[in-house]
Amino acid sequence: MSSQGGHQGEDLTAVPPERLDAIEAGVGTDEWVAQAEERRIARTGLSGLVQRGWEGIPPAGHLAILMGPFVLFPFITNEGNLYRYGLLTLLYALLALGLNVVVGFAGLLDLGYVAFFGCGAYLYGIMASGHTGHHLAAQWAIPIATVATGLVGLLLGLTSWRLLGDYLAIVTLFFLQAFVIFVNNANGGLNDFSYPFVGKVDLTGGANGLDQIDPFHLFGLHITTTKGYYFFTLISLTLLMTMLFFVNRSRTGRAWRALREDPLAAETMTIPVNRLKLLAFMFGAATAGFSGTIYGAVQSGAFPGDYDVGLLITIYAIVILGGLGSIGGVVIGALIVNGAPELLRSSANARFLFYGVLVLALFIALRPWYKPLIVLFGTVAFGFAVHGIATAVWSRGTAGHIDGGGAFGRGLEHWVLLPARTNTIAGWAYFALVAAALVLTLVRGWWRVVVLIPTLYLAAFVWENKLVEQVSGATRLILLGALLVVIMNVRPAGIFGTSRVEIV
Amino acid sequence: MALLELRNVSKAFGGLQVIDRLDMHVNEGEIVSVIGPNGAGKTTVFNLITGIFRVDSGEIVFEGEKVSGLSPHKITNHGIARTFQTLRLFLNMTVLENVMAATYGHTRASIVEAMLQLPRSRREERRIKALAEEKLAFFGERLAGYRHDQPAYSLSYANRRRLEIARAMATNARLLLLDEPAAGMNPHETHEITELIGKLRDDAGYSILVIEHDMHVVEGISNRVVALDHGVKIAEGSFDEVATHPLVIEAYLGARAEAEAV
Repeated sequence: MSSQGGHQGEDLTAVPPERLDAIEAGVGTDEWVAQAEERRIARTGLSGLVQRGWEGIPPAGHLAILMGPFVLFPFITNEGNLYRYGLLTLLYALLALGLNVVVGFAGLLDLGYVAFFGCGAYLYGIMASGHTGHHLAAQWAIPIATVATGLVGLLLGLTSWRLLGDYLAIVTLFFLQAFVIFVNNANGGLNDFSYPFVGKVDLTGGANGLDQIDPFHLFGLHITTTKGYYFFTLISLTLLMTMLFFVNRSRTGRAWRALREDPLAAETMTIPVNRLKLLAFMFGAATAGFSGTIYGAVQSGAFPGDYDVGLLITIYAIVILGGLGSIGGVVIGALIVNGAPELLRSSANARFLFYGVLVLALFIALRPWYKPLIVLFGTVAFGFAVHGIATAVWSRGTAGHIDGGGAFGRGLEHWVLLPARTNTIAGWAYFALVAAALVLTLVRGWWRVVVLIPTLYLAAFVWENKLVEQVSGATRLILLGALLVVIMNVRPAGIFGTSRVEIV
Repeated sequence: MALLELRNVSKAFGGLQVIDRLDMHVNEGEIVSVIGPNGAGKTTVFNLITGIFRVDSGEIVFEGEKVSGLSPHKITNHGIARTFQTLRLFLNMTVLENVMAATYGHTRASIVEAMLQLPRSRREERRIKALAEEKLAFFGERLAGYRHDQPAYSLSYANRRRLEIARAMATNARLLLLDEPAAGMNPHETHEITELIGKLRDDAGYSILVIEHDMHVVEGISNRVVALDHGVKIAEGSFDEVATHPLVIEAYLGARAEAEAV
């Protein structure tokens, strides 16, 4: 009794005066709520250290860290890789940046975005190509195509003046389809439209597309190499990112975000919501048009098939992966969405990714911290035990080899079973793996840990004996999907995104 | 002359006459409370004044200019700003950004000026940042300092109500429409908000039209009280006059209660 009283006295004296105030104010008051938020935000450990370090760097530093590697990239790679990994990534990022303004800032679901990309390419091609016979210099053709595409965006926006959400999505998706059908048919053929004053004109080359589009002639400077376009796109992207950073902090950026949060409140707080929606739409369209001119010149052609829903989904994936409303996120998103499928073409890379995703998923899905460690070491030991037994009783089961795996691959040969003839047994193993995965969803607690160990080993077995052979085909897409699932589980709001609160 | 005047305003939703030939005014430097049972049409009056609904007939005049028929953002630019009964903050923007967003109407820098950081854009940014900080400072410690960069969703309920008022102030309005500012607050916070509304009139010079259910708040702040029932004004005058008005008692308690009391 007396000791209890003594403890209480100690506790009270130990509390600093400012904490005492907080206790007096009690639960539910402002201070307590604010502190709770701070506690929630404050991260501990390595991730917190990285986060605080990143936040300590000024915005210009962020830009340098993001774009710096891109400046060096052309000097360490060849022409083909520069095009595949470098130029395409930058073009995707540029496109995604424009979409981010429409979707991420203003919150408008625009499914016709890719049509503006095509619009830019075709407009540039019409003004400067061997197909049409006009050769306007790029310093004129690029701005004209960009502004004209922006105006097309304005027109589309005007028709959907009062539409929001699903309805805007329907109208814009329809516009994309109409655009594809238009460029497929506007070749001055028999059934084509006869324009006032000029009559029938071959505008887009129809299904064959516009060919022989001129490379950029900018103020007498000829850009002909991939490296040239790469740097042109890099500079454009960096400038646009900088400009958008300023816009985001200006009255226009705030108004866009406000109308995304609550259009009615924005309207009653002096923000002309409809005009700003149109502005966002135009801005996105112009950015896409500008990217289109570069793409047209790089390809030296514009083809109807390039501007379809597939590309639209890719761009959306980039924006969502990078984080809606995040300017830097589009670059990371583009790197992953464009880079990963290309990297996965090689089986060695795919192998690292496969095991990496497995281990990462293990550590994310299993709590507390020691369970994934148990599973990991358990699986390794299980594998060596199975391999040891197999060597003794079934020599044919370990006769296979792993090609091109390096040291990691040679290590795997002592761990995973590699039968000489794999076809039948790998097929059965695949079925067994699916069954084991189903069982896994049914069991709980420590049983799950126990079942996981053979399941993971089975997964490795199936991977090494069956999936790795088709790595450039279906396996690649399965892996990419798994990678995206893992990323979106780790960072639900995108890599650079901040999680948004809808209703509290 | 009255600052805000509703002349013979009517509004119907389908066959339901929500507001019926309502005449009402707010004078310069006055706090007018609108009371009435649920469904009396109080919030509809606010929606009509701010242009969210269009009036069917009659007109709304602010500072001698007709504002009914204008779109909401233009009405707010004329000098009428409101808060919402169900809070409508920009939850994922910071406290300071919430207030700065409401200055859109009296800033002019275009998107191109912002992109290139031309002088006017930077000058305006500095000005409205100072303005937002000044408006937030009006609420003392509650919304001070370190809170400015926190997202609005991290604020407590009472602070969100304060932030909504700060945001309305930043529009450079002269008339504030407060829709149930004390709803959901504990007695201590209700007392604070009552004092605050008084300060808004006396120190900051706003005229205020307020909807409130808490009769202690209404009694404490009102220069004048208007009672509505079924879209019709049933009483108007000082708090004591309205509170004892037989029609008001009937509207709140029903006719039989009065008959029994007699």
